[in-house]
Amino acid sequence: MKKTPLYDLHLAAGGKIIDFGGWALPVEYEGILKEHETVRSAAGLFDVSHMGEILVQGPDAEKFLQKMLTNDISTMQDYQVYYTLMCYPDGGVVDDLIVYRYKPDHYLLVVNAANTAKDFAWLKEHEEGQVIVTDVSEQYAQLALQGPLAQTILQALTATNLNEVKFFRFLPGLTVSGIPALVSRTGYTGEDGFELYVEPAKAPELWQAILAEGQKHGLKPIGLGARDTLRFEAALPLYGHELSPEITPLEAGLGMFVKLNKADFIGKEALAKQKAEGVPRKLVGFEMIERGLPRSEYEVQKNGKSIGHVTTGGLAPSLKKNVGLALIESQYAQEGETIEIVIRKNNPQARIIPKPFYQKRYKKT
Amino acid sequence: MNIPKNLKYTSSHEWVRIEGNTVFIGITDYAQEHLGEIVFVELPEVNDEVTKGAPLAVVESVKAAADVYAPLSGTVSEVNEALLDNPELVNQDPYENWIVTLEISNPAEIEDLLDPAEYEKVCEQEE
Repeated sequence: MKKTPLYDLHLAAGGKIIDFGGWALPVEYEGILKEHETVRSAAGLFDVSHMGEILVQGPDAEKFLQKMLTNDISTMQDYQVYYTLMCYPDGGVVDDLIVYRYKPDHYLLVVNAANTAKDFAWLKEHEEGQVIVTDVSEQYAQLALQGPLAQTILQALTATNLNEVKFFRFLPGLTVSGIPALVSRTGYTGEDGFELYVEPAKAPELWQAILAEGQKHGLKPIGLGARDTLRFEAALPLYGHELSPEITPLEAGLGMFVKLNKADFIGKEALAKQKAEGVPRKLVGFEMIERGLPRSEYEVQKNGKSIGHVTTGGLAPSLKKNVGLALIESQYAQEGETIEIVIRKNNPQARIIPKPFYQKRYKKT
Repeated sequence: MNIPKNLKYTSSHEWVRIEGNTVFIGITDYAQEHLGEIVFVELPEVNDEVTKGAPLAVVESVKAAADVYAPLSGTVSEVNEALLDNPELVNQDPYENWIVTLEISNPAEIEDLLDPAEYEKVCEQEE
């Protein structure tokens, strides 16, 4: 298994290490539910150094990314961050990622760890014009500081006024506790917070400095388990669950990140057709009416007929309810409709409800 | 890791307390520790007949669902309904909070259960 620069610190802190797509990472320290609550009420620090980073540079970088990505890269400003999908010609998803624009000829793509090699190969395969695509994953460790007290904690460690780092914006040259870092106001929890990219050799020092400063505010290290329950409650998609080569962004409800009015991009034709004809399946939120804990891949039925599957399910800790996301045939995807979740020998009823389950608390001003 | 001396065990991490023809069944401290915070328990029906080794109940944590297997054959005589609303009781005291009781049908099967020392070896091998 690959180790992040923080591996020894996770062990020392009592982290339960698991194999996460080839990476040795902590699933929890003191318990997923406790860690979840820590992030919602105070702040949590995550090691997300496994994430991949791909640099795209050159005079044709913007044009190239316009072709590869579904969002409209031409409307980006310097030091802005966009969420986007990268699709196959049939509209299925290669990956979901965030794009950091330094300048019109200089972008950093942050991609899912398990997809890094695939994404890099896909980009290289389509490289054209004056573009250089480089996998720079080894050059970055990544920490996520998330929660309502994230800014208070980080502000104590930097001279830069963090109000200048607005929602989905970044600054590349911050100094945090004496360590140079790229800092963006982004995250994957539904809370306000930051992601910090640093040189791997400096990551342990930065991790410890943030934890030391945050201690008085209740900051704790958070494992992958709570990262998943936090993103799930906020209905943020996870590749391999809500997104895959077999699921289009339109089916996943991510149409706002697919700009069908921009010039040609890979997948445009298929997605435009799907939009015109109507999506065959929709991602919905549901809550259990009868007793049962829904989980990924469980079948969804309506009156005994299979209509789809659960993409993510479980206890939503902030709501104390068993809820799920499911990809089902569009004709059944209305709020209030009852569906059945096939759980072993039972088929308990569930009701379609609005998503997200947890209202995101981003700081957007 | 807590492995009480007065109980019998299985290699699939159930404990068994034998009181005549009635046996109390739960999951071990090792099992609850590895599952993490338990958020859901699915119980059988009273009077269900089970054979040794068959799924008896399901204990689910945030990350995983784990079958509880019948350590012995018999008929379900009681289910611990307190676990339906408070599944975390299994984490808090896995040996006090039994999951089901069985009236056993084949006492000879008791011979196949593990004693505490044997069970401790099972856990050590899995670490």
